[in-house]
Amino acid sequence: MSEHSLIDRFRGRFEGPNTIGNSRGFWVGFAVALAVAFAYPIFVSNYQAGNLALFLIYAILALSLSVVWGYSGVLSFGQVVFFGFAGYTFGIVTLNIQSTVGIMMAIPIAVGVATLVAFTLGYFMFYGKVTGVFVAIITLVSTIVLQTFMAQTAGSEWAIGKAQLGGFNGMPGIPNIALGVGETSVAFSGKLFYWLCLVLLVLSYFGLRALTNGRFGYAMVGVREDEDRVEMLGYDIRKVKLTVFTVGGAIAGLAGVLYAAWGNYIDPTVFSLTFATFPVIWVTVGGRESLLGAVLATVSLEWFRQQLAITGSEYALVVVGLLLLVVVLVLPDGIVPYVHEKAVSAYREYNDEVDRSVGSSTEEEIPE
Amino acid sequence: MTSDTETSTSEADANRSGSKAGRNVRKTPAGNATGVDTDTILQTEGLTKQFGGLTAIDGIDFAIDEGELRCLIGPNGAGKSTLLKLITGHHDVTEGDIYFDGADITALSPHERVRSGIGIKYQAPAVFDSLSTSENIRLALQRTRSGDLSEAIASTLGRVGLSEQRDVPASDLSHGQQQRLEIGMAAALSPSLLLLDEPVAGLSLEEREEIAKLARELNDDGITLIVIEHDIDFVDRIADRVTVLNQGEIFREGSIEEIRSDPEVRKIYLGEA
Repeated sequence: MSEHSLIDRFRGRFEGPNTIGNSRGFWVGFAVALAVAFAYPIFVSNYQAGNLALFLIYAILALSLSVVWGYSGVLSFGQVVFFGFAGYTFGIVTLNIQSTVGIMMAIPIAVGVATLVAFTLGYFMFYGKVTGVFVAIITLVSTIVLQTFMAQTAGSEWAIGKAQLGGFNGMPGIPNIALGVGETSVAFSGKLFYWLCLVLLVLSYFGLRALTNGRFGYAMVGVREDEDRVEMLGYDIRKVKLTVFTVGGAIAGLAGVLYAAWGNYIDPTVFSLTFATFPVIWVTVGGRESLLGAVLATVSLEWFRQQLAITGSEYALVVVGLLLLVVVLVLPDGIVPYVHEKAVSAYREYNDEVDRSVGSSTEEEIPE
Repeated sequence: MTSDTETSTSEADANRSGSKAGRNVRKTPAGNATGVDTDTILQTEGLTKQFGGLTAIDGIDFAIDEGELRCLIGPNGAGKSTLLKLITGHHDVTEGDIYFDGADITALSPHERVRSGIGIKYQAPAVFDSLSTSENIRLALQRTRSGDLSEAIASTLGRVGLSEQRDVPASDLSHGQQQRLEIGMAAALSPSLLLLDEPVAGLSLEEREEIAKLARELNDDGITLIVIEHDIDFVDRIADRVTVLNQGEIFREGSIEEIRSDPEVRKIYLGEA
């Protein structure tokens, strides 16, 4: 009994009208999927685990856009700006302080820098009354400016301490993420790194579920649906948008740190136009207003794109582009919310049928 | 060109005439004044709004007493909605000042005005489609209240007669129900002044009756109301006093009988010679 209420209390924090999956059935499926994801590295090589880890990192980046765009209506191409800032910062700090302590320090510093950049950019946009498509334009321009800037930092004068920015050649030699106390430390690579990414992805997902289903989540959805209206309920929409944008920047920054540590390398392509549009594509295909959709679409799309690339096709991007077009035209709300809706109605029908055949009126939990 | 003094009959009019008389010398906001102005909840002084070359509101001195239910009427383009949007801060003023509860709110942003006690329901229904009826109310309530909101939500829903629709998505409500939901959301903030922009436009007679009853009830609870309305019968049913706007200026002010029988008003507003 007490076990039940504990689970209900736990679920209560993460459930609500703003996320899909508010039933026991969903959580059972979620637990199974999570168990499979955790078990995956046991059956594959370090290389394969590391490969999937990259998609998990991208999924964290996608979550950062889902919350900013899908939940608060602010279309940002700038998630890669915070991603790249954090990646470069992680590299600069770790190359200067080459120890476990340096790495452990670099993580919060890099995420902090990304957060600060997001806050600053967001402050000038939202308090400067920049809205709608102009936010998209400004964020897009930020990525282009950064790519152009970073691309010309090849000269030896572009160094911060021991860290050479490296221009188009990028910044090699970034260490793996390592945690430790004193002599003992653990470096995360291969399968271990995969598990780290998975844990951080799940934590981000749960954190955002709690955020979107909490009081602030209602304010976010209110801003997305009708800014004027929610302002007339006394909400400071600039503050709501800035807060979400900053949170999104922090999450994108976390992904950026993992990315730099994953490849032990970062270069200006993280600021490129192509890369900047990826999060928008992932989130659109998965379903803007679904955190889970963002994660699933990112992992599937990136896996798919890689398969195409490996088999020698140069049309990977074209195929992904076509898929985006089809989704936008046929399922504008994204694939995952559509599948979820179908599953829920099928489940309801099935339950009705069972009820009828049994002839009882036992109350079944109906997923929403 | 205003001729307010002609219509001064009631006690409220005496107050207004008094404030009018003192207008030219008084520079302090309403709340700092003594005597006749202490009941004034909202006052505008020389309020002007220009859109490019168009003067939508032309130096309006408008005042409303606490507890009043005032209707704002006037032909299309008279500036009614613009006046409302100036009061809420949706539009910036070109010239003039707005005082609410004794404080100058001219420079405040819309959400700050709402927090100081001004509620509004705009003309176009704008409920949050993706949320249920009760969640719409929750959104209104949660900013100022902590703890469990279910009781407050239930009482607000009861007040606007939407208890049975509590779990229905707001997008599935009828037009009339959406209007009531919106009024409920605005009222849930416990404003001291509530502005309603054409709350019965496009509603059936029955629905109009419900809104009229709701407006009167809110007024009885001590909320001052300003209602923009075209339907003169609806105005007749709810209003204490009526202000007629024409071409961005206050044309007349008085009781509904006075307004109805005023030949000038009939000419500009009711289209009668």
